[in-house]
Amino acid sequence: MPTLNIVEAINLALHQEMARDKRVIVLGEDVGHEGGVFRVTTGLQKKFGEKRVMDTPLAESGIVGTSFGMAVYGLRPVAEIQFDGFVYPAFDQIISHVARIRNRSRGRFTCPLVIRAPFCGGIRALEHHSESMEALYAHIPGMKVVIPATPYDAKGLLISAIRDPDPVIFFEPKRLYRAIKEDVPEKEYTIPIGKAKIVQEGNDITLIAWGAMVRECQRAAEQMQNKASCEIIDLRTMSPMDTETIVTSVQKTGHCVIVHEAPRSGGLGGEIIARINEKAILNLKAPIERVTGFDTTFPYYQNENNYLPNSSRIIQAIDKVMMF
Amino acid sequence: MIEHFNPLEGKFLQVLDKGGHVYKILEPKLSTNDLKKIYETMVLTRMADDKALKLQRSGRMGTFAQVLGQEAQVAVGLAMKKEDWFFPSFRELGILLVRGSPLEKFYLTFMGCEEGNRTPKDINNFPVCVPVGSQTVHAVGAAMAAKIKRDKVVTVVAFGDGGTSEGDFHEAMNFAGVFKAPCVFFCQNNQWAISTPRSIQTAAKTIAQKAIAYGFQGIQIDGNDPLAIYVATKEAVEHARQGKGPTLIESLTYRIGPHTTADDPTLYRTEKEVKYWQERDPIKRFKIYLQKKGLWTKKYEDNLIKKCTKQIEDAVAKAEKIAAATKPEDMFRYMYEKMTPVLQEQLEYLHESLGEKEA
Ligand SMILES: Cc1ncc(C[n+]2csc(CCOP(=O)(O)OP(=O)(O)O)c2C)c(N)n1
Ligand SMILES: [Mg+2]
Repeated sequence: MPTLNIVEAINLALHQEMARDKRVIVLGEDVGHEGGVFRVTTGLQKKFGEKRVMDTPLAESGIVGTSFGMAVYGLRPVAEIQFDGFVYPAFDQIISHVARIRNRSRGRFTCPLVIRAPFCGGIRALEHHSESMEALYAHIPGMKVVIPATPYDAKGLLISAIRDPDPVIFFEPKRLYRAIKEDVPEKEYTIPIGKAKIVQEGNDITLIAWGAMVRECQRAAEQMQNKASCEIIDLRTMSPMDTETIVTSVQKTGHCVIVHEAPRSGGLGGEIIARINEKAILNLKAPIERVTGFDTTFPYYQNENNYLPNSSRIIQAIDKVMMF
Repeated sequence: MIEHFNPLEGKFLQVLDKGGHVYKILEPKLSTNDLKKIYETMVLTRMADDKALKLQRSGRMGTFAQVLGQEAQVAVGLAMKKEDWFFPSFRELGILLVRGSPLEKFYLTFMGCEEGNRTPKDINNFPVCVPVGSQTVHAVGAAMAAKIKRDKVVTVVAFGDGGTSEGDFHEAMNFAGVFKAPCVFFCQNNQWAISTPRSIQTAAKTIAQKAIAYGFQGIQIDGNDPLAIYVATKEAVEHARQGKGPTLIESLTYRIGPHTTADDPTLYRTEKEVKYWQERDPIKRFKIYLQKKGLWTKKYEDNLIKKCTKQIEDAVAKAEKIAAATKPEDMFRYMYEKMTPVLQEQLEYLHESLGEKEA
């Protein structure tokens, strides 16, 4: 079994899906000849040609809008947006068309489109290259939002996203792109969208995170192992959210900390708390804590480490919840 | 002059050719001071850029976009008045410097510090703009405001060939045409947008000709020729100031370095192409031009390099000092005029979690 990082795992998934289904095409800025600024699409144009792997003009609304047209016509486009901070020019297409067409055409037209974009901070990047705005997209009825945290999940989830009959936005934690390697089966496999993963079982407290924050939770849990047995949930899909896995875990542990890089106010942490309150409030032994980014613009890199949640802030939150 | 250079007829403005020969009828009457300012700022820009590259390679600075090869841009700044406004993208260090932006600001931005964007009060240079093409509409809006307020102020916006593909660029051009905004669009067509060649940005033969469809004038010029840039921009700026509307200038140049320090251009272009453009270097030809005028000597060059080296060293030292003094509250202080209670609470939490007392 090959040992792959996230970039390689996604690349493999794209190769296999393109080989399997002629309707799958890849388009975006610099994705063809160069293979993308993070090299995620390396080799695809060579293998599948310029008709199926297209370098586009520099225009995100154009990329997503034409992908929408291709998808409703019968293709299965995988559009790459170069960075999280540059999805916004396409936001109108996403919210006004991509997410709505099935409903407004009463199912006559559908949009099986995947929009991939690197997301989150932690690489000392330029402004607009470190955004974690998953809540914006999860808030859009009709969109699915997926964020893998490991190479294995990245491959399986992307294949599911490509085969999904509905539009999926697929955020790739760029900080982890080459940071973790693990065994990734060569053969095709899928991981269901809408299903969270229990990364580590535990009895005392539930830690919920996604993307690069899963690893921070693992670090915190390891340091806390003599004090608290942590159950870690990698949410993997922001929308539709796996309420059941969350609630079942909190019913067992009675304690919960939610970690996200995104700004605190209006972040998905609040949504998760609401779901726990609706289904398991009487199981809680302490108020739920959130460890999050701040309600500020993502800072330039001098302040990046002060902005990003880390294991020490997570440990402080675990302590607070456990000692309530 | 611009009306004689219809881009649809394949016209192209060059005043100083690659060998430093000047077309006399087109030669602008620039003072010795201005000529030296063009040369000196081009040299400063190249040296500052090179220093930045070294800082980046040794981990003292983050990713940035080099100007290398596109230094003739400084002439844009010279063609503008102090009260005019400039809206850059991210490859306009030369224009920013010639218009008075302190050099340490450039280093600060790319050392990961927002202080780099704090332009001194009396300089109308907007901060670097990373979302490609988005600044074009801003410049048009500011120009419309100047017109409404009856200020004799012009705005100039710089963007790349890639930028012309964004919807915002087209909306900006359209607004500028409709409202006859006193705005100059300065397109640095360096022929690449990362790995994407110009031919993938537009099927049109030139970028300049797009102006015609929006109802105003456009011109394609040699972007490695500081005199062509000066002549075209000067005329466009005065045209706008006189209420005659916008101009699109397509400045044909070439990015000699990588897109940014994170890019590997060997993946998509040839050495031969780079060499072809190195032979058209803006500094080299301007040096010959000055030399012919008796304005360039070896001693002048040596002094200039000494002066620039010192200026760069001082700027880097200043920037590193300011960057090192970055505080957690710097994230919070400028979000609103008054910090909200929620932000206040978050800041207190951050200090606590860092084991610090709030300053
Ligand atoms: C809206 C947006 N999309 C994508 C990017 C990523 N990106 C940064 S620069 C660049 C290419 C820009 O090319 P061009 O406009 O020609 O300017 P140049 O870099 O050549 O000076 C791209 C795609 C961005 N910054 N903004
Ligand atoms: Mg360019």
